[in-house]
Amino acid sequence: MNIEPIVFYLFSTILVLASVAVVTVRNSVFAALFLVLAFFTCAALWILLEAEFLSLVLVLVYVGAVMVLFLFVVMMLDINDTLLREGFTKYLIPGGLVAIVIIVEMAIVVGPENFGLDKFADPVARAADYSNTKELGMLLYTDYVYPFELAAVLLLVAIIAAISLTMRRRPETKYQDPAKQILVRREDRVRVVKMESEKIKE
Amino acid sequence: MNFITPDFMPVLPEIFVLTMACVVLIIDLYLKDENRGVIYLLVLATLVGAAGLTLFVHTPESVTTFNGTFIKDTMSDVLKVFIYLVSGVVFLYSRDYLIERKIFKGEYFALGLFAVLGMMVLVSANNMITIFLGLELMSLALYAMVAFQRDDKNAVEAAMKYFVLGAIASGLLLYGMSIIYGMTGTLDIAEIGTKVSEMPSDNIVLLFGVVFILVGLAFKLGAVPFHMWIPDVYHGAPTAVTLFIATAPKIAAFGMLMRLLVDGLGSLQAHWQEMLVALAVMSIIFGNVIAIAQTNIKRMLAYSTISHVGFLLLGIIAAGANGYSSAMFYIIVYTLMGLGGFGMIILMSRSGFEADELDDLKGLAKRSPWFASMMILIMLSMAGIPPLIGFFAKLAVLQAVIDAGYIWLAVLAVLFSVVGAYYYLRVVWYMVFEEPKETAPIKASFDVQVVMSINGLGMLALGLFPASLIAMCAAAFG
Repeated sequence: MNIEPIVFYLFSTILVLASVAVVTVRNSVFAALFLVLAFFTCAALWILLEAEFLSLVLVLVYVGAVMVLFLFVVMMLDINDTLLREGFTKYLIPGGLVAIVIIVEMAIVVGPENFGLDKFADPVARAADYSNTKELGMLLYTDYVYPFELAAVLLLVAIIAAISLTMRRRPETKYQDPAKQILVRREDRVRVVKMESEKIKE
Repeated sequence: MNFITPDFMPVLPEIFVLTMACVVLIIDLYLKDENRGVIYLLVLATLVGAAGLTLFVHTPESVTTFNGTFIKDTMSDVLKVFIYLVSGVVFLYSRDYLIERKIFKGEYFALGLFAVLGMMVLVSANNMITIFLGLELMSLALYAMVAFQRDDKNAVEAAMKYFVLGAIASGLLLYGMSIIYGMTGTLDIAEIGTKVSEMPSDNIVLLFGVVFILVGLAFKLGAVPFHMWIPDVYHGAPTAVTLFIATAPKIAAFGMLMRLLVDGLGSLQAHWQEMLVALAVMSIIFGNVIAIAQTNIKRMLAYSTISHVGFLLLGIIAAGANGYSSAMFYIIVYTLMGLGGFGMIILMSRSGFEADELDDLKGLAKRSPWFASMMILIMLSMAGIPPLIGFFAKLAVLQAVIDAGYIWLAVLAVLFSVVGAYYYLRVVWYMVFEEPKETAPIKASFDVQVVMSINGLGMLALGLFPASLIAMCAAAFG
């Protein structure tokens, strides 16, 4: 008995359940943690596909960096989710119907009769010394150098957009300007009011 | 492995624009607020330089480089030159608007240049990854530009809608691409073309992929029923950004559509033709009818855009060199008209006042007779009245559709452009026969006046002598 299908179905089931949990749990911290679980199982599936570099990157970058940041943001923000859930029942029926129709259609089209092993040959297993990472690196910096550079430009645009949209002086925030605080003079703050001393009548 | 250094010459305009966008960002750091105009001039110089480079590297035959991920042919070169021209005029029209609203910043122009770069990548993409990256590069810069006026609630709302719907559309497009990749095993557009032509044309999985690609394209172009974002985004965005979104990206979207549908999936034409017929019919009907009910010019022009997209699709439906070149002619003419239409709204606005209601146009002929006559030329051209260029654009598309045997489509398109003429003529009526609310003439700087005059008179001049533009579009599909 081959162990591969068992591993595949185990991780696939966890992946699907975790993904469903991401969008259904009420607590957004749990949602983020379920997303981490989904990434982990996804990485496991990629290992099965012998794409070990991609799966390691998924764990390192997404789980290690992106999701940690995500968790921080989720914990810092106080999101009122009653507002977000408003109209859920109103949209449930039409939305659910559309989703079911699309799922059924997709099941018919991308099912085994169109994507089975008789249609596409079983990919050949690589030898143990075949380096996925090396091959990827080769392709990325030669054949796909143009898309690779474009992806870099895309990230640059994202940085510029994020900074230009958030770096601004909000009118409602109070801030201190140390230079102004140091340069302040006595006359700016203290006003000496001369008053005639009242004489107590005898 | 042996690696051959790719030929960088065909990509020269892209490299130049990218470098200049980074230069703009860096120079901006060292500029004082009052010298910000340097950035603006630098951006215009970049666009002129890119146009020069594009003409310099132009060759009649198509060239691919970077292992076939990049293609440069006559279509991409013509489209690129018009993207530079249109973007340059957009920046010129919006300069005073941006200064008055205190968003005349280096980042705005840098993002604008990156959006232009995205469009350039898009029209000369020869690989599905390149198409997707170009599209995202363009869209991401545009989302940020819509939200640039952070304290304006409408703009931020518009940006959110644009971003969310744009992301969904990108997702659908990507899913379609992945299905096509799954079937053909390649991302290269030309290879997809040959692989697909070898498969039976009723392969259901391929059609499934085509549907998703088409939905993604329709979202980006704004064809009914995937048009919901257009009126809201056009209305909510700062007018300068609306002007940008409504013009140059449409040229790029046309390029993307040609690459994906015609170059890649050309052998499935019989199938996507039917889907495009449905999109075109709905766009022409809904666009023109709903535009009548609008009281806001930006919304009205948004619905008019939707109907123009319907006309553009007619050209693609007609197919063949004739149909594609008529569609290309149409989209170029539309962007020139859109420039004038949205440009006039910018001209009429001033700080703290957006002249985007139809009522604001009242009596423009008495306030500024010259600008009013330019606007009349543009509106009549949009309505498709001879001898203006808009008429010839519609004529070319309709001729192509009739030649392809879709006479009922042509009849329907003509009927609804008559309906459409109503709201364009209403603008003319408001300008000429209504009493103005205020009497002060419109103030505009000299260069804007000159360009607006060229824009308006160009409608007439190109209408009288359309041959060169038509020949340019025909050459792209020669």
